[in-house]
Amino acid sequence: MFELLGITPQALYGQLLIGLINGSFYAVLSLGLAVIFGLLNIINFAHGAQYMMGAFIAWLGLTQVGPWIGDPEFHLNYWAALVIAPLLVGAFGMIIERTMLARLYRLDHLYGLLLTFGIALIIEGLFRYAYGVSGQQYELPEVFQGAFDLGFMHLPKYRAWVICASLTVCFATWYVIERTKLGSYLRAGTENPRLTQAFGVNVPLMITLTYGFGVALAAFAGVLAAPIFTVSPLMGADLIIVVFAVVVIGGMGSILGSIITGLGLGLIQGLTKVFYPEASAVVIFVIMVIVLLVRPAGLFGREK
Amino acid sequence: MSKTAIGFAVLVIAGVIAPMLGIYPTFLMKCWCLALFACAFNLLLGYTGLLSFGHAAFFGAAGYITGHAIKMWGCSFEIGILAGTAFAAVLGWAFGVVAIRRAGIYFAMITLALAQMIYFVWLQMPFTGGEDGLQGVPRGTLFGVIDLSDNMNLYYVVFAIFLCGFFLIYRTINSPFGQVLKAIRENEPRAISLGYDVDKYKLVAFVLSAALSGLAGATKTVVFQLASLTDAHWHTSGEVVLMTLLGGLGTVFGPVVSAFVIVGLQNQLADKVGSWVQVIMGLIFVVCVLAFRRGIVGELLAFARKTGIVKA
Amino acid sequence: MMKRRILSILIGALLTGSPISPAISQPAKPAAGGANISDGVVKIGILTDLSGLYSDLSGAGSVLAAKMAIEDFQAAEKGKTFAIELVSADHQNKGDVASNKAREWFERDHVDMIGDLVTTSTALAVMPIAKEKNRITIVSGAAATLITGKNCTDTNVHYVYDTYALANGTGKAVVKQGGDTWFFLTADYAFGQALEKDTTAVVIANGGKVLGSVRHPFPGTDFSSFLLKAQSSGAKVIGLANAGTDTTNAIKQAAEFGITPKQSLAGLLMFITDVHSLGLKVTQGMYLTEGFYWDFNNETRAWSKRFFEKHRRMPTMVQAGVYSSTMHYLKAVKAAGTDEAKAVMRKMKDTPINDFFAKNGRIREDGRHVHDFYLLQVKKPEESKYPWDYYHVRQVIPASDAVMPVAQSECPLLKK
Repeated sequence: MFELLGITPQALYGQLLIGLINGSFYAVLSLGLAVIFGLLNIINFAHGAQYMMGAFIAWLGLTQVGPWIGDPEFHLNYWAALVIAPLLVGAFGMIIERTMLARLYRLDHLYGLLLTFGIALIIEGLFRYAYGVSGQQYELPEVFQGAFDLGFMHLPKYRAWVICASLTVCFATWYVIERTKLGSYLRAGTENPRLTQAFGVNVPLMITLTYGFGVALAAFAGVLAAPIFTVSPLMGADLIIVVFAVVVIGGMGSILGSIITGLGLGLIQGLTKVFYPEASAVVIFVIMVIVLLVRPAGLFGREK
Repeated sequence: MSKTAIGFAVLVIAGVIAPMLGIYPTFLMKCWCLALFACAFNLLLGYTGLLSFGHAAFFGAAGYITGHAIKMWGCSFEIGILAGTAFAAVLGWAFGVVAIRRAGIYFAMITLALAQMIYFVWLQMPFTGGEDGLQGVPRGTLFGVIDLSDNMNLYYVVFAIFLCGFFLIYRTINSPFGQVLKAIRENEPRAISLGYDVDKYKLVAFVLSAALSGLAGATKTVVFQLASLTDAHWHTSGEVVLMTLLGGLGTVFGPVVSAFVIVGLQNQLADKVGSWVQVIMGLIFVVCVLAFRRGIVGELLAFARKTGIVKA
Repeated sequence: MMKRRILSILIGALLTGSPISPAISQPAKPAAGGANISDGVVKIGILTDLSGLYSDLSGAGSVLAAKMAIEDFQAAEKGKTFAIELVSADHQNKGDVASNKAREWFERDHVDMIGDLVTTSTALAVMPIAKEKNRITIVSGAAATLITGKNCTDTNVHYVYDTYALANGTGKAVVKQGGDTWFFLTADYAFGQALEKDTTAVVIANGGKVLGSVRHPFPGTDFSSFLLKAQSSGAKVIGLANAGTDTTNAIKQAAEFGITPKQSLAGLLMFITDVHSLGLKVTQGMYLTEGFYWDFNNETRAWSKRFFEKHRRMPTMVQAGVYSSTMHYLKAVKAAGTDEAKAVMRKMKDTPINDFFAKNGRIREDGRHVHDFYLLQVKKPEESKYPWDYYHVRQVIPASDAVMPVAQSECPLLKK
């Protein structure tokens, strides 16, 4: 069977694993979008830019912060970046939410999309101005040098880490939202903000924190991406469009749905790269069209 | 004379005399093409309430088809432009059938994703030349008589194309069909309850808008003698949203004014500030959304009404 | 600059309806008896990428190189020469922006020569306009063989490199070193496909074998799937038929997946700036071909150090080419006694080029500047002794081997 397809089972497992790794980036990003959409009802167009900021903060911390503070020996290492970048970008997101997005909640939701589009342009433009677009290289941390020999493939340690870290974050988020008290407030706020407010929950604060958290997820994905992809101001721009398609396919109805869709589409894209690489750039969009024709609300969506 | 008629008169006079004032004609032609594009977009966003984030697909696609038809098939100027426009209309119909199933934010994301898909198609197709673009499209002659390689001749042809497109949009808005579109924008459930097949109206508006965007893209290809990926990129989709927003959603002249503002700004700034152009565009976006939602023309009209220059 | 231009346009429009050239310091006397310089000034435009992907390898460095050429020329002539003015603009790598700017420069500002033109899209957009307006283009930045092939014009020079020379140089050398089985990683658009085709021909002609290829989307970020395919093909050499961040990402990920150094990579379009940004650790051992290397001999070092003083980066072949070609152009204007394109072009083609950039270089009828290329191998980190010490020069590829033979060219100008 496999020989018919011109590929050995070993090679296929390797490709599936790689698909899953890429899918975990889609999962973290679409999860962030879904969390924000759930409570704020806006699509965060700046998500790609915030992902890029995460990667840049990691790179700046490793190579630039030392000279800035007059101590060239100082490096913010990878682990610190993994914590600090999401916090910084999350805080930045909360400022945006408080000062700008909060003014738009009574208007058509499309204004939220337009505003975040503008913010994305500004962020990307500023980074372009400061660092150019040719890209910066983030060196792989010492711990992750080398690879595991899985028999069927040579799995770099770092890729294994990416998949563990992102799945942990995804399922922790799912657990908090679906299974804890904090999560129940959040879900209540999504269903009926006014009533939730009446029960003494500070809904505006919750909205701010939620936006901050969604954005922090993007930055987290950015730090994960920094050592394997070139850190460039444009790294988030095209990715975000694919993630939008992922979100449309999943339907944003459920947290779990967006995680599963992200991983699944990563796998499908991985397979496309093996069997028909010419189509690997468009395969997710094609799936989106098919899903829309069959199930307009998306795989996990509810028709509103 | 109504204020719209005055507006029209000013527009025509300005368009006719602009190149005589020594303003660079190629620049003006680019402005008219983008103004038509923005007006076509406004028909959808401003008058139907549909935010498409994929309009570059039509603009770019028509450019490629027109360029290819004129260059490789040896079509005349008119046939080439018509072919491009027709292709954009068909593409618009296909987009519409898929995207109109969802409203609001989903609609925006779906159109964006579809346009990105088309972008990759152009990138990979051999005839488009990929990144290099489709170069050296001959300008040819209009009806075999008027030589379009002369900048001035071409300018007036482009201006006439713009006026035709603009007038068609104006007529559409003020027709019974346009009234239904506005009703859908204001209150879709009510329009449904009145017995209108809302999806069908949206689809027709979408196809019309796509076709006119295509007309703009096709014309631009002839002006610059090339079709490139830039026109099909999502940045262009964002730009047309910005033009419509800055000019004033649902104002007839708004997109025209802001097309000139944006193209002029880009032209002036690009040499001096480089990547700041993108930052400035982003800032305009943010300011428009937060504080200036009526846009230039919308604010002017509101101001005129308040001060009693124009009756409300 | 801008203000002056606007002013000049305004005055021009008001007085005559046609623009006048801006007032600038006029020369005391034309140098070579009665120079016939249109509107009294030779105007050079550098149309380049000042903010995008290629701004490192051309961009501000190219503008600087042109400025240095003008200053050096004036110094050598001791000021007794025609007035020269330099303008520059960012084409953002977009063909339509470039064509718009070029038209404006030719029609309104009377620019006589446009240089740099990084990226093929902009070069191909500007060349026909220059031909129509009878002005000169000197392409230093762009890579496509179309420029001196099907799309060639008689007012254009392709000065530095093209994909043929790079593919040929690297392909032949790598096969000769024993890398006789190849697998291509190709960017799926016209440029990548052409590069793959050219290199395949070279590999086969030299007795090598191509085991397969994979087309990746452009721009790509994750190359791991494609690299695994390349790995399982068992080819000795993986040819990277792509450019820019695609190439750098692929190189980086090949190291990550342990593909290098077991299989070796061949960059088919790479610049010293790519090696600089990736670092020697991941690029060591790679073969590539360039038309100029700053650390080749005393002459190249002397000029490059002057450039480095002002730019804080060593010159790329594009930037060095802009200097050399601008100088050659100015000398040709002086020799021809006019800035009329055809006459200057004749002089440029008749005069051999001998400077730090090229030895006995000459410009062929199709506009191709025929000069030597260098086959380079990236040093190991421990072999690099000082900043920008990146390459071993493995071979000087003689011009006759590096450049596409006249017989293969599709340029109509060569068929006489």
